[in-house]
Amino acid sequence: MPEPSQNFSLTLHVNGTEHRVAVDARTTLLDALRDRLHLTGTKKGCALGQCGACTVLLDGRRVVSCLMLAVMAEGRQVTTIEGLAQGDDLHPVQAAFVEHDAFQCGYCTPGQIMSAVGAIREGRAGSDDEIREQMSGNLCRCGAYTNIVAAVRDAASREG
Amino acid sequence: MNAIIGQPVSRVDGPAKVTGHATYAAEFSLPDLAYAAMVLATIPRGHVRSIDRAAAEAAPGVLAVMTHEDAPRLPYKQIAQRPQVDAQSGEQLHVLQDDQVRFNGEPVAVVVAETLEQAVHAAELVRVEYARSPAVTIFDAKQGRPPGEGNAKAGRVPELGRGDVEGAMAEAPVRVEARYVHPREHHNAIEPHVTIAHWEGESLTLYDKTQWVDNDRKEIAHVFGMEEERIRVVSPFVGGAFGSALRTWPHVTLAVMAAKRVGRPVRLELTRRQLYMAVGFRPHSEQHLRLGADKDGRLVALEHDVVQQVGRYEEYAETALSPTSHLYQCDNLRARYRLVEMDTNSPCPMRAPGVVTGVLGLEMAMDELAVDLGMDPLELRLRNYAEQDQQKGLPWSSKELRACYETAAERFGWARRKPEPRSMREGGTLIGYGMATAIYHSDRSGGSASVALTGNGMAVVRSASSDMGPGTYTSMTQVAAETLGLPVDHVRFELGDTNLPYAPVHGGSITMASLGNAVVAACQAVQTKLAGLAQAAQQGPFAGLAENAVVARDGGLGRADGSGPVVPYAELLRQHNLGWVEAEGSAQPGEETKKYSSAAFGAIFVEVRVDEALGTVRVPRMVGAYDVGRVINPKTARSQCIGGMVGGLGMALEERAEWDARFGKVMNANLAEYLVPVNADVAELEAIFVPNDDRNFNPLGVKGLAEVAICGVAPAIANAVWHATGRRIRELPITPERLLG
Repeated sequence: MPEPSQNFSLTLHVNGTEHRVAVDARTTLLDALRDRLHLTGTKKGCALGQCGACTVLLDGRRVVSCLMLAVMAEGRQVTTIEGLAQGDDLHPVQAAFVEHDAFQCGYCTPGQIMSAVGAIREGRAGSDDEIREQMSGNLCRCGAYTNIVAAVRDAASREG
Repeated sequence: MNAIIGQPVSRVDGPAKVTGHATYAAEFSLPDLAYAAMVLATIPRGHVRSIDRAAAEAAPGVLAVMTHEDAPRLPYKQIAQRPQVDAQSGEQLHVLQDDQVRFNGEPVAVVVAETLEQAVHAAELVRVEYARSPAVTIFDAKQGRPPGEGNAKAGRVPELGRGDVEGAMAEAPVRVEARYVHPREHHNAIEPHVTIAHWEGESLTLYDKTQWVDNDRKEIAHVFGMEEERIRVVSPFVGGAFGSALRTWPHVTLAVMAAKRVGRPVRLELTRRQLYMAVGFRPHSEQHLRLGADKDGRLVALEHDVVQQVGRYEEYAETALSPTSHLYQCDNLRARYRLVEMDTNSPCPMRAPGVVTGVLGLEMAMDELAVDLGMDPLELRLRNYAEQDQQKGLPWSSKELRACYETAAERFGWARRKPEPRSMREGGTLIGYGMATAIYHSDRSGGSASVALTGNGMAVVRSASSDMGPGTYTSMTQVAAETLGLPVDHVRFELGDTNLPYAPVHGGSITMASLGNAVVAACQAVQTKLAGLAQAAQQGPFAGLAENAVVARDGGLGRADGSGPVVPYAELLRQHNLGWVEAEGSAQPGEETKKYSSAAFGAIFVEVRVDEALGTVRVPRMVGAYDVGRVINPKTARSQCIGGMVGGLGMALEERAEWDARFGKVMNANLAEYLVPVNADVAELEAIFVPNDDRNFNPLGVKGLAEVAICGVAPAIANAVWHATGRRIRELPITPERLLG
């Protein structure tokens, strides 16, 4: 079987900035962000689409970046955790996570926050039950769930 | 100055974590970084017959393929005094040192390539043929043997007891006997284990996921026969660990060997599946309890046998008997601990190792005894309240468990519980209330910290500790800020680097009780040093004053008699033309362990709702009250407690490694099939701290709280499920098929 071409040069639009990046055909969007662009705020927890730590927004919608190849993101707008704050001013969801202690180790946190931002924008954070449901794709092994619900509720009410 | 200790300060590292700027081990950017991927054995026992590496070596981007055939022979020097986090006898896995396979998942090759994709692909091209030997892959409690001498010396004793159990049991008017099973569980921190190894000449830097940088360095120094001074370990952020990063695992050695081979820094990150084989787990356990009581519910005899699985190449054991030895007053006790050798990777500590298991059995058996006595489960606990540690024959350094029971019961509304099972129902939903006691022994260890006061008014406090999530950065900052009299934002705490003063292991809930006191000592030392400089000076506000005439207060130095102004540290430094002044301090355990027994306590009350038709269990609320001594930061402390509740909920209802005895392998080695709690599984959680300040245990008055928070949760849920349904499920997790079966 002939070796497929493994190298692509593509343009990724991340947090409003254009990046030319060389990737392997098999490179996931997650690995491209972390290892090529050194945007390590997006976390690798399972690489199987099961934990949500790698959640980013793709054209404003929540996706797990470990299940998407980098080449599939070409020409689309990627927003990562590094793209939320305005300078030193935290995004309301980020500020609420700090205020409500919605994390311990912090490793699942960027994914939680990106999911929360997406859910709030989509109008799917209207009640505690809805927040719990919408946030259940993001595992937190430290068990900060009740604080996460409080943070998302707080941020949603401030933005809403 | 207002007190800072005891305030709900938001995490000082919070902004870094929520913006993605906290740097975890995998995220250090090094030039020319190469990527490693492991090939793991697929048989439970035997040896490697042959390895065909040609295709892997020819694959694009591959820099090296290493197997036992060409890996360097490493010295694996013995450590004179094994740290408690290690297995206490046998021999750790010597990775790629021979052709033997000791368990399914043992590394048999490592591939290094230019990119991760190339390394993973090439690893799949390595063809390994095995010769399989008979393996022990079925847990048989009858095969249990006592732990060896090494573990007994480390406190994991084969037997303990007092009085005459047989005689007292025979005469007891009320007896219960039951067997409980607790399956193999996995830590599953969301951050995978990962090591970046970087050689520069003969010096090595490791960016590693570890709860103990100092020990990580020591272990690798012994494996490679190096001087510790040539190794630096860096680990500023740990993405959860729960015990899995206490000891140094074989993949760290593999990364170091691989980096040496290719002459470039190498990153070896375990996949989620590999985490079920390449690091440890909570061992499968079976326990048998017999309780004898008089008609008033007083325990007269207690017998507890715990049997756990262990690997065959080294012996890891737990203190599973400790809760039974002292949680309740009982004059006649016999407890035995046995290990069943299996061909598996080694188990290791997982949050409240052993104790959570012992508490599970004891607290479920106490509930069964309460039923037989026709007594309220809480009343039964109160009648057997241990006023002292009967096994050690020592008073508690402090114990506010009675206040925990009262506070949590009141808050929960325990008085509304109807004693009969199946008596509280709403339509097709059965409602149950259950409770349990939590205990975890409090320990201390020696450690050091340094404090530098700088000319810009900052204090930089340093120690080689870790923060896997409890909030070490924040709580140590508070301790230093209060001791120095500075605002929190004028103090920076640095950790996770072997270049910093020695810190003890970040585990066993000992960090604050151990290192917190060293931070206090270091702060006092730097104050004394600055005072000495000011007194010895030719001029300045304190020049020529006697030693005791100058004291630290309100963020500076002042005269002991209260006259004159307080001069801020930074101003004094300027006056004396000093950029900074630094001092070190340390703290060691004292005589307290000879005078007292110390433990953190808790009382957990839960409500469950069981769908009678489907057998599904929901937990709408949990209330826990805890005696953890003084609380440094109620905000982060509460997070630890609710995290423990969530962990206990997983243990009770969801978590179980599905073991295939044909292959000696966990079959659900991923986060979709190994179930852990998700957000929608959790509802109301309330954690209350009863007032306490245990100065008998250590000067800061803290007892530690990470471990106690998970103890007692699973039995409280199991007891509530009995109350809801009348079904006593004695094997965790309590799944619908077990409830309906």
